[in-house]
Amino acid sequence: MHPKQPDRRRFLKNGAALAGLAVGASASARPLAAAPPPERIDELHLYGERSRFVTSVRNGSINNPERRLKGEPTVFGLRTPLQDSAGIITPSSLHFIISHGFEPKDINPQEHRLLIHGMVDRPLIFTLDELKRLPFVTRFHFVECHGNSNTGGLGGDARVAVNATPQETHGFTSCSQWTGVPLSLLLKEAGVQKSATWIVAEGADEPKHSKSIPLGKALDDALVAYAQNGEPVRPEQGFPLRLVVPGWQGINSVKWLRRIDLVDEPYMFMMETSRYPSMRLDGKSRWFEFELGPKSVITRPAGGYQLPGRGFHEITGLAWSGGGAVRRVEISTDGGRTWKDAQLHDPIASKSHTRFSSPWTWDGEETILQSRCTDDQGVVQPTMAEVAKLWNVDSVEFFRQTTQVVGDFNAIQPWKVNRDGSVQNALF
Amino acid sequence: MRFSKLLASGIVLLAAGASWAQTPSYSNVGRAPTKEEIQAWDIAIGPDGKGLPSGQGTAKEGAPIYAAKCAVCHGAAGQGGALGPRVIGGKADTATLTTLRPVRSIGGYWPYATSVWDFINRAMPRSQTGTLTANEVYSLTAFILAKSEIIKEDDVLDAKTLPKVQMPNRNGFVPQKFEDIPDERKRGCRQGVCP
Repeated sequence: MHPKQPDRRRFLKNGAALAGLAVGASASARPLAAAPPPERIDELHLYGERSRFVTSVRNGSINNPERRLKGEPTVFGLRTPLQDSAGIITPSSLHFIISHGFEPKDINPQEHRLLIHGMVDRPLIFTLDELKRLPFVTRFHFVECHGNSNTGGLGGDARVAVNATPQETHGFTSCSQWTGVPLSLLLKEAGVQKSATWIVAEGADEPKHSKSIPLGKALDDALVAYAQNGEPVRPEQGFPLRLVVPGWQGINSVKWLRRIDLVDEPYMFMMETSRYPSMRLDGKSRWFEFELGPKSVITRPAGGYQLPGRGFHEITGLAWSGGGAVRRVEISTDGGRTWKDAQLHDPIASKSHTRFSSPWTWDGEETILQSRCTDDQGVVQPTMAEVAKLWNVDSVEFFRQTTQVVGDFNAIQPWKVNRDGSVQNALF
Repeated sequence: MRFSKLLASGIVLLAAGASWAQTPSYSNVGRAPTKEEIQAWDIAIGPDGKGLPSGQGTAKEGAPIYAAKCAVCHGAAGQGGALGPRVIGGKADTATLTTLRPVRSIGGYWPYATSVWDFINRAMPRSQTGTLTANEVYSLTAFILAKSEIIKEDDVLDAKTLPKVQMPNRNGFVPQKFEDIPDERKRGCRQGVCP
């Protein structure tokens, strides 16, 4: 991060050593030299840094008034550079961020509490240490924003652009190994009353983000996560506690979780009624959409990549589904005329990114690369035309023109390979 | 032998089911919160008004509060600006919902007036959340709804009247009743099945 500093340090240390030599004769008579200045933890290798030659970063902005005044771009959120990914884990430092214009909350874990109350026999309040004493689960799960890959809204222009990379087209999904207490265990401890049908999950961030979630899902596979990829959940991801609601729109996975209220109806919070419903052209909005459909994207060769020339290139990418595990990924390298099965790499987990690959030899001609995911419920990732049908629009132009977020957009992503080896977004 | 084993495991399952909501399994992990601890955090307002505190306010009372605490981001007339979105807007906005450029303003789009109270109370003003009194939140809610021509300037909003305010786009959402689609996975739009 400060490449020049080590040199300066080395110079100072060497200087001190020379000075010591010069007075060597009388050194033993002098008091011990003052301890050298403490080194930075990265110099001591106490916490690792990646190579300075690796430069892959998120792009975008938290996008809040203070940052806009400073001239940061008015793009919504920060996206994961999927084109640089390998395997299924998103490094925590590259996990996408959407925090609705508010800075990540800086929370002292010693002071943080989780309250469970409402329609329960025994309201309970937990410290972080207490939660860590309980039985836990460790699972791979993706978190995906419902607006990922959508063509409207903020970021829509970059998403449909010819030069869009996987970061621009699909960067609002990330995958982690989450560790935490099953929410069902905590709810059982509190004793859920029969009248309860929904939960309200609430964060400790400044706007206290809140989400209504059906009790059935809360009891099924939601977890109160305190660790992500082997270390405490990152501040931007909800430190010290994040509710992870596998396979459902990311808005349900409440960060900085501090309260679970057992209730008997959805509470109609601002986000779930005014921002996240998907609008149809007849003026009606779909709200309380939960589960994300099967989806995939080739991450290399993909938009922004330059093929060095004809010859062998292993195609690779990510597939995932909110409905369960990925059962199959098919690849087409000829514009959709033929499809063949890609290899799925372990681990293949439910509601998790799954890495796929497929050998390909480029003959130097123009072509289209696509991937198609099928999940273990038998649901197949739709084509653009099928998504248009779902929205009851006869032209894909709707998706290019609308200013609204088209939620849960999971159409097959085509990448066009040009004769010069450049690869482009060919969705439209 | 096999039968009795099955029977035994069946009894265990039954017992587990019966005790599901009864006995905690982990001793001395977590504690009962005090009433005050719950009250301090229990701020969510349900669509039927559940959780609304006592207090009241009118649009007239809200106008100076809006000018002092909200206008800097949302504009003097609630038109929105670089720092905050538009907050005033009514039926004209509802008419845009069938176009490619729909405007989702509070008055034109939000289905419940209680959400307005809840959001102002939990999230506004930016960087000073938690500083508004209940009366101020009622007054600001009234100001926004009156300027959006949903209630009158003199209408008093309180825990009883606020949930009764009819928002113009209340019926603009599908499914209207969640119980119409019991499988929650299909409440959105899945496998071509849309509400």
